[in-house]
Amino acid sequence: MTDTPLSLIRNFSIIAHIDHGKSTLADRLIQTCGGLTEREMTNQVLDNMDIERERGITIKAQTVRLSYPAKDGKTYVLNLMDTPGHVDFAYEVSRSLAACEGSLLVVDASQGVEAQTLANVYQAIDAHHEIVPVLNKIDLPAAEPEQVRQQIEEVVGIPADDAIEISAKTGLNIIGVLEALVTRLPPPVGDADAPLQALLVDSWYDAYLGVIILVRVKNGRLKRHSKIRMMSNGATHTVEQVGVFSPAMRPLDDLGPGEIGYINAAIKTVADCNIGDTITDDRRPASQALPGFKASIPVVWCGLFPIDADDFEKLRESLGKLRLNDASFHFEAETSAALGFGYRCGFLGLLHLEIIQERLTREFNLDLIATAPSVVYRIHRTNGTEEELHNPADMPDGSLIESIEEPWIRATIMVPDEYLGPVLTLCNDRRGRQVDLTYVGTRAMAVYRLPLNEVVFDFYDRLKSVSRGYASFDYAMDGYEESDLVRISILVNLEPVDALSFIAHRSAAETRGRSICGKLKDLIPRQLFKIAIQAAIGGRVIARETIGALSKDVTAKCYGGDISRKRKLLDKQKEGKKRMRQFGKVEIPQTAFLAALKMDA
Amino acid sequence: MPEPLALYIHWPFCLAKCPYCDFNSHVRDVVPEARFAHALSRELAHEAARLGRRPLTSIFFGGGTPSLMAPDSVAALIEQATTLFDPVPDMEITLEANPTSVETGRLRGFREAGVNRVSLGIQALDGEALHRLGREHTAGEAIAALELARTLFPRISFDLIYARPGQAMAEWRAELDAALALVADHLSLYQLTIEPGTRYEALHRQGLIALPDEDDAAALYCETATVAARHGLLGYEISNYARPGAESRHNLAYWRYQDYAGIGPGAHGRLTLDGRLHATRRHRAPEPWAERVERMGSGQTSETPLEPGERAREMLLMGLRLAEGIPAARFAARTGIALADAIDGDVLGDAIEAGYVAWHGDCLAATSEGRLRLDALLAALVL
Repeated sequence: MTDTPLSLIRNFSIIAHIDHGKSTLADRLIQTCGGLTEREMTNQVLDNMDIERERGITIKAQTVRLSYPAKDGKTYVLNLMDTPGHVDFAYEVSRSLAACEGSLLVVDASQGVEAQTLANVYQAIDAHHEIVPVLNKIDLPAAEPEQVRQQIEEVVGIPADDAIEISAKTGLNIIGVLEALVTRLPPPVGDADAPLQALLVDSWYDAYLGVIILVRVKNGRLKRHSKIRMMSNGATHTVEQVGVFSPAMRPLDDLGPGEIGYINAAIKTVADCNIGDTITDDRRPASQALPGFKASIPVVWCGLFPIDADDFEKLRESLGKLRLNDASFHFEAETSAALGFGYRCGFLGLLHLEIIQERLTREFNLDLIATAPSVVYRIHRTNGTEEELHNPADMPDGSLIESIEEPWIRATIMVPDEYLGPVLTLCNDRRGRQVDLTYVGTRAMAVYRLPLNEVVFDFYDRLKSVSRGYASFDYAMDGYEESDLVRISILVNLEPVDALSFIAHRSAAETRGRSICGKLKDLIPRQLFKIAIQAAIGGRVIARETIGALSKDVTAKCYGGDISRKRKLLDKQKEGKKRMRQFGKVEIPQTAFLAALKMDA
Repeated sequence: MPEPLALYIHWPFCLAKCPYCDFNSHVRDVVPEARFAHALSRELAHEAARLGRRPLTSIFFGGGTPSLMAPDSVAALIEQATTLFDPVPDMEITLEANPTSVETGRLRGFREAGVNRVSLGIQALDGEALHRLGREHTAGEAIAALELARTLFPRISFDLIYARPGQAMAEWRAELDAALALVADHLSLYQLTIEPGTRYEALHRQGLIALPDEDDAAALYCETATVAARHGLLGYEISNYARPGAESRHNLAYWRYQDYAGIGPGAHGRLTLDGRLHATRRHRAPEPWAERVERMGSGQTSETPLEPGERAREMLLMGLRLAEGIPAARFAARTGIALADAIDGDVLGDAIEAGYVAWHGDCLAATSEGRLRLDALLAALVL
């Protein structure tokens, strides 16, 4: 039973750039409030997936309930909501933020505000959060708290006079943070007697319990054994367990308004639990759902093919298992002449794509080829119909197309001014349109509108390299615009290799075509026969390269004792060939595919 | 009519292991000559007993270093083989010899034992190169051995290794010219290959041995054939050059995929037994091989019948090494598969168009361009 008065509850999230110390601070808060014994404290308690831990990013929202005896003599319930920290999960972030009343804005006092932080802090402002700036790593000699304060005020536009200076690493002034939560954040509001309205913040799949749903109760009480209803689709479930994370799961009888906790209702897949949905009581439903619900739509698609065709079934099962836990990712069967059977998969963004790919490789032990990521285009046919297209292979003939629209983004890039020149050049080369350019001290903030298509082509890598890693980047989707787009096919010995085709703006087609032909020339080893590589738009060849025949490949000595060995070698080559991607007589090694598909344009 | 037979006899011992060599050779402080000569003799008798009388087309003493054998042992084995089988007239009997002074001293004895062809492991005519190849002889000794061999044997051949680290085209051309002036009727000219498990492989991995790149290696190969042809020696196999008629008949038996028996440690055989072709092999390690022979009469460890597909692949990979190619009729008879069914017709068409293979009447042959790329050609062509 949670009967904590609303006045003693504080719900907050932490906004921070990667490496600015979010997880360390969270650990300190948990430790200070006695949530875990020393022995249970592993570093960074909240990020429990390997990938999250390694990359310092959070994929699933998580929460922990802390009990803090404040200086005013009262003991407060502090619910820390750990949010996914990446633009790909902007919607998920917005729902997590909607579950809280305030945020800690953690900024590395030696680094300053980064682009990603900015996007999240704006979201928090949109969610009407009270924001408490925290300057971390104040113990470092390079810390410049005054400058960073000024930057927060100028860039973020919130007062930073009373920013709290801490060192999460050494534990310096953690109490200051806890006191600020109690004194500066508003308590939640809600009516315990009103019909139930609980925000579905996130959900994940637990092998033992089934789906666990993370909720924030806004009004009413969420009780064990009650029958709940999902307001987006009307599905009903019986609540088997209600509880809070302390951080271990602790069952309770119910959750009251203002509370954050979990429920478990024998739901089989997270696909039935839409983030942002409103959970209500089936017998006494709320008349209105909470605002802000959106279905998640993939933005970036790519084909995933097993390197070993025998792994197709395993890939299918693995994708199914991942989807149990991540309803935002989509997959449908795809057949490629070049790569065989695989799946066309849709993601919320590039990081999401990378994470899924990495999990398939790491957790499911699959060797995969991923085709070049594609955005979702809108094709208007001459016959008046409209369709969405995310696979270049499906692009209709040019004569059937009236017009094509492509998605644009609004990108925010923060970079030390000495690297600004090349960053602007990069944006301009990628058809970017400058929206804004401002300076704070020696750091520039460039806001650009860019076609997403240009960003999925190695934009991050280029940005990192031209700024020596100092640029930070963030984006939000920003509508569709008509564009002069063409499909570029790659032909090997006159045969199109479907998996290598891609869509690009006409102005970039030749450069990209030449670049991919040149790369393939370097990546495909010389073979028995010479190989022609061409890039073409429709029937028109825009670039070509020739790989000459290999000049010598023969065993010098072969006598009576060598026959068995040579024959077995030949047998093995034959076996290997079956697994090779053959195009006519040309073998394209996996490495060539991987590198060609990754390449910059 | 029983299948004609070529006989290979392996002597597994060397004075030292050469750093590039991955052959089945072993170094012993004291070579148990009598024991091994006796074991070879026993194994030969054992093999003959089951093979029955067959025409014997050639004998080849290989190694290791068979010139370290006592000429008497060689004489006894030749005598035994010619008694147990039916030697063809003017049967070729080859012995591999190293040109150290000790072994050169035995050449006369080998001739008297019945050896009529000697194959000298000269490898290089450059002192520094010989040293680096780990050879025990000098260039002077090599030439002396060759001079003597020429007076003793009706047929001689020698080996050279080229495309050695740091060896430029001009140097090799000069060395090859010098070698061809020494008047042999047969040469084996091998491009240096880094074999797994050799000392050269370790050095290569550490970057201490640099081999020419593919294009340079191809140029060296083509130049070799040109220079040899100028001296009247034609490349009849990938690494073997001979005056017409002076080809190694024993090695031709391998490449033509005929029956051969291999005795001695690690020796392989291809034998028609009860109408089916079998692959045989013997224990590789010398002493365990000898123990087996002493216990059971044979050091054989396996005898596997070969399926038609296996026979076809083996015959292709051997036969296309020869300039003469593979006669389709003989291929079908030997393997049970028609030549056209053993290869990819599409690839064949392209290979003919690219000038890699050609039909000479009934014979499918790889051209010199095709032989230069034979490994890749086989991988594409063979089904």
